[in-house]
Order: sequence, then structure tokens, then C-alpha cells
Amino acid sequence: MAEKRATREAYGEALVELGHEYPNLVVLEADLAKSTTTIKFKKEFPDRFFDCGVAEQNMMAMAAGLAATGKICYTGSFAIFATGRAFEQIRNTISYPRFNVKICPTHAGITVGADGASHQTFEDIALMRVIPGMTVISPADFYEAKKAIKKAAEIDGPVFVRLGRAAVPTIFDDSYEFVPGKAIKLQEGSDVTLFATGVMVEACLQAASNLKEQGVNAEVFNISTIKPLDEKAIIESVMKTGRAVVAEEHSIIGGLGSAIAELLSSECPVPLARVGIRDLFGRSGEPEELMRYYGLTHIDISQAVKIIMDRSQRPK
Amino acid sequence: MRDLGSLRHEKGAILRTQTITDERTLIEFLESKARRIRWDIIKMIGLARSGHPGGSLSAADIVATLYFHELRHKAEEPDWPERDRFVLSKGHAAPVLYAALAESGYIDREDLWTLRKIDSHLQGHPDMRKTPGVELSTGSLGMGFSASVGMALGLKIDRKESRVYVLLGDGESQEGIVWEASMFASQHGLDNLVGILDYNNMQIDGLVSEIVDIQPAAAKWTAFGWHVIEIDGHKFDEIMGAFREARSVKSKPSMIIAKTVKGKGVSFMEGIVDFHGKAPSAEEMEKALAEIEASGPLG
Repeated sequence: MAEKRATREAYGEALVELGHEYPNLVVLEADLAKSTTTIKFKKEFPDRFFDCGVAEQNMMAMAAGLAATGKICYTGSFAIFATGRAFEQIRNTISYPRFNVKICPTHAGITVGADGASHQTFEDIALMRVIPGMTVISPADFYEAKKAIKKAAEIDGPVFVRLGRAAVPTIFDDSYEFVPGKAIKLQEGSDVTLFATGVMVEACLQAASNLKEQGVNAEVFNISTIKPLDEKAIIESVMKTGRAVVAEEHSIIGGLGSAIAELLSSECPVPLARVGIRDLFGRSGEPEELMRYYGLTHIDISQAVKIIMDRSQRPK
Repeated sequence: MRDLGSLRHEKGAILRTQTITDERTLIEFLESKARRIRWDIIKMIGLARSGHPGGSLSAADIVATLYFHELRHKAEEPDWPERDRFVLSKGHAAPVLYAALAESGYIDREDLWTLRKIDSHLQGHPDMRKTPGVELSTGSLGMGFSASVGMALGLKIDRKESRVYVLLGDGESQEGIVWEASMFASQHGLDNLVGILDYNNMQIDGLVSEIVDIQPAAAKWTAFGWHVIEIDGHKFDEIMGAFREARSVKSKPSMIIAKTVKGKGVSFMEGIVDFHGKAPSAEEMEKALAEIEASGPLG
């Protein structure tokens, strides 16, 4: 059984390390320091931590003002509030002037669990991806999350890093090096390419292993940087396999599935299936129950592969 | 003889008022600057054939006092780290800012006549990445105020003497983020932050008092933990006095509630709601320019 750790745990740890490295780094939180783990930074650097209270819009616009005075500003809160409620602050006051603000909210996706629909978000990648100049990163596990959060400090401009609440299996380890903008090939294959992001990377690896037993050779990619998208690697793989399945813990509208469909439909049209939340709101439940309920398991990925393989073998 | 404020300016900063030693001359000087700013506002909006004259004119005396008396700044070094910051949170009044920047020497006066054109650096609302001297890109109401709180906090962290001045609209005060930010600013005792409320009581759809009233404004800001100063926003001695008073306040941000007249300085625009976001016709432009010229010397 693989080690399980939540990607949100990486946030506080990475911030403490960054705090030592960058004296001009400040952290803003919106009353969720314990949940997002930014409290670790608060304990180490109380003079550079500011709790804005339950006021996410003010947190984001203030982050822009802090960046205007030369600070690197990391922000907290949950993904639904950070990217949803404060969307326009991120768009107009952070991104339009290209401010050095890092948006790393936790509790993205369905794995939020029992809190239910109001606190789950499947729209955050779509919202951030559409903003010009925004870097969008969705790490696959704790280790990638930690490296991505730290790497964000080196990127001059706004960066979104999507983090989750639930403990999820780890794929990488401490030696992993995160390169922004690079698609990571985890497994070679020839029949279909599985593109995954976040917690779905692990599900795709499992699906690929099951498919192998059935004689299907799947190539697996971790697309942790959703914007800018590694177009070259994606096109190259699909030119070879001729089929694509995209899996994400996000709406099938506007997320990674959309990004890859947009790319391939113009550059290299192939049969493609999207595994994700099918234009629905969430509900309460345990994370694993919810993943099954909304069709986000390795079984759903394998089924999607079979459907497009049948489709692509059908005579024209 | 009252302290004219400008004497505190550091060497190298703009010292336009330093040589003026009596208040009457200083006020005449600021009046001429405000007149120049108003003339430029009318001309640039008239030529652009779109823009917001009403709220630009109501803020002209306040902005003139800031740029030619209160702020420590250097046009030849817009990024001077020790400078005071001015944020135009009511970004639709961009022409008043552009006119002050041109008169201060940040941008060429000729550029003003390119306002809102496709190849101009003067956008319909201020863009800090395009126009030197613009401290923050604004236009979406309320956000400039909140970002100013962040700026004041950043300067405090760095133990800088620099102050942040932010001009807020009265209609803008209906935005919730203004009140989120105001609570944060008083919680953290940001005494390097000065808000100026351009209270002309008019917004696009009509009178602020008839749409969603912000009264009692002074009581609200006091209740939110701010030091409140109420003035006539067209009287230079009161504007200067308010800035001086704000500088003496410790552990609290200050809010200067400046009663103003929308369209001030052009008789047929004063108090006319429609001139919030409507450009004068060519004929109206000429009439307005002549009226401003007739009222006294241009700075």
C-alpha cells in the first residue's frame, strides 16, 4: 500500500522553507490557516503572516497591493472561495498587472468529502485557465505539490496551484524535480494515451496496469502544468497511439479534458474521451465513495478506453 | 505662518511649492494647477469622444493638492522607493490622474490627446504597466482601495516612511470589499494610509442618496475604526489642512470625506448626473475650455 498524504500538507511545509529563502515573502490567509496548513508559516514567521478574516476578495486585492511593494505574496483559503468568490480580484487586480501573487488554495475537487457541494469545486481549473498569463498547476501528490509550490516563487507573475484536502496515494518522492510546463511521461504505451492530473494520475496508472492484462498498452502522462500546456509532448504521444483519454477531478467542461480536446481537435484529431465530473454539483460523502459515485475511478478510465477503442476500430 | 507641508519634502523630490512661503500664494498656485487639470480633462475627453468628465472634475482640486503639494514623488524617477503612492481607486476618473501626471512631467502633454485610442498608452482606465506614474491598474471599483491597504501594509513591513493616498468614489463605497478592507486597515493600525472620499453624491444611475445611500458616511468610517476628517473638497486650505491632520494621526488610518460637486468648474456640467460618463460635444468642449480659461491663469 502506497503512502498516503494530502497535497494541502505540502503547503505549510513549503511555505516555511520558502520563508527562510525569501525575506520578502508574505502569506495572507482567510480564516482557514489550520485547514490549509498555512498555520505552519504563521508559527515560524508571525510578522509576515496576515489573517484577513473571512474576506477572500479583500485578501486577493490586498495581495496585489503587497506585490506592488515588492513582496511575493502567497494566499490561502479553499479553492471554491479563492477562485470563485475572488475571481474578479484575481483577474483584474492580480493578473492584469501581472503581479507576483501565488494562489494555492486547498480543498479543490470532490475529495473535500462530507462538507458537500458548497465547499467542493470542479470549476477552479476552468476559471484560472481562462485568465491570460496565469500559470495553472495541478499536482499529482504531496511531493509534486511541495515542489510546485516552491517553484511558483521563481515564476514572476500569478500562479495557481491546486491542492486537495484528502490523504491520497503518493507517486513521487523527495528526489522528484518539478519542471513547470513539462508533461511527465510515467509509462510508455502504444494503443492509447491517458492524460491525467491531480489525484487521477494514480487512477490512470492503475487503469493502465489493468488494461495491460487485457492486452491494451496504455501510455500514461501526468499533466501537472495545465497552462502553459506541453503541446509538443501531447501531440507526439497521440500521433503514436492515435487515441486519448483525459482524467481529472474537475468538471469535464473547461478543465484539462477541454484543454487537450482544444489542442488535438485543431492539431491532431483523434478519438478522445473525458473522465471527470459530468456537469454536476457535488454532494456529501466519503472521498472514495464520492469518487465512485461521480465516475472517477480506474474502472471508469478503463471503460472510457474500451469505448474509444471500439469506436476507432469501427469501419467508416 | 502655518506649516505648509511641502517643507518636509526630501531633497530631490518634487519641490514645486517649496519656495512659496505664504498661504495665499500657495492657494493661487494650486488653483492654477487645478485649472490646468480641468482644462486638460475637458480637452482629452472631448477629443476622445468618450470618458467620465463629472467625477474627474469633482476630484481635480484634491488631485492637484496631492501632486503639487502633499505627495513626495519624483517624475524623473517614477519607481523612487521612498515615494508616496497615490491610487485612483475610482479608476473611471483616469483623466484627472493623466492630467496630473502630464503636469508633473511623468508623461508628455501631447499624449493626453491620444486618450482611449488604439495605439495610446492612456487606457480608458489606468494601467500601471502602460503609463509611468500610475501606481495601480484600477477600474473595477473597490479593488484599488483594497490593494491600497495591501500597499500600506507592505510599506509598514519594510518600515518605510512612504504614505499611501487612495481616492475613493461615493458610489464605489457601495462595494462590499471597501468595508472588508477598511476593517483590515484599522485592525492593523495603518496610519500611513489616507483615504479621500470624493463625495459628489452622484453615480451613473442617479443620486447616491436615492439609489443606496452611504449616509451616515462619517459615522460609518468612525465605527470602522478610522480617523475621519470632513472637508469641502474644493477649498484648498481645507484639503491641505486635512492632509496635515492625517499625517499627525497615529495607529489609525484616516478618511477624508470631501464634499464635492460633480462636474465642478464647468457651469453646465455641475450637478448634472448625465456627465458622469458622457463626453462633451465639440461645441460643449470649446465652451467649457473658454469658461475655464476665463476663470484665471492655467498652471
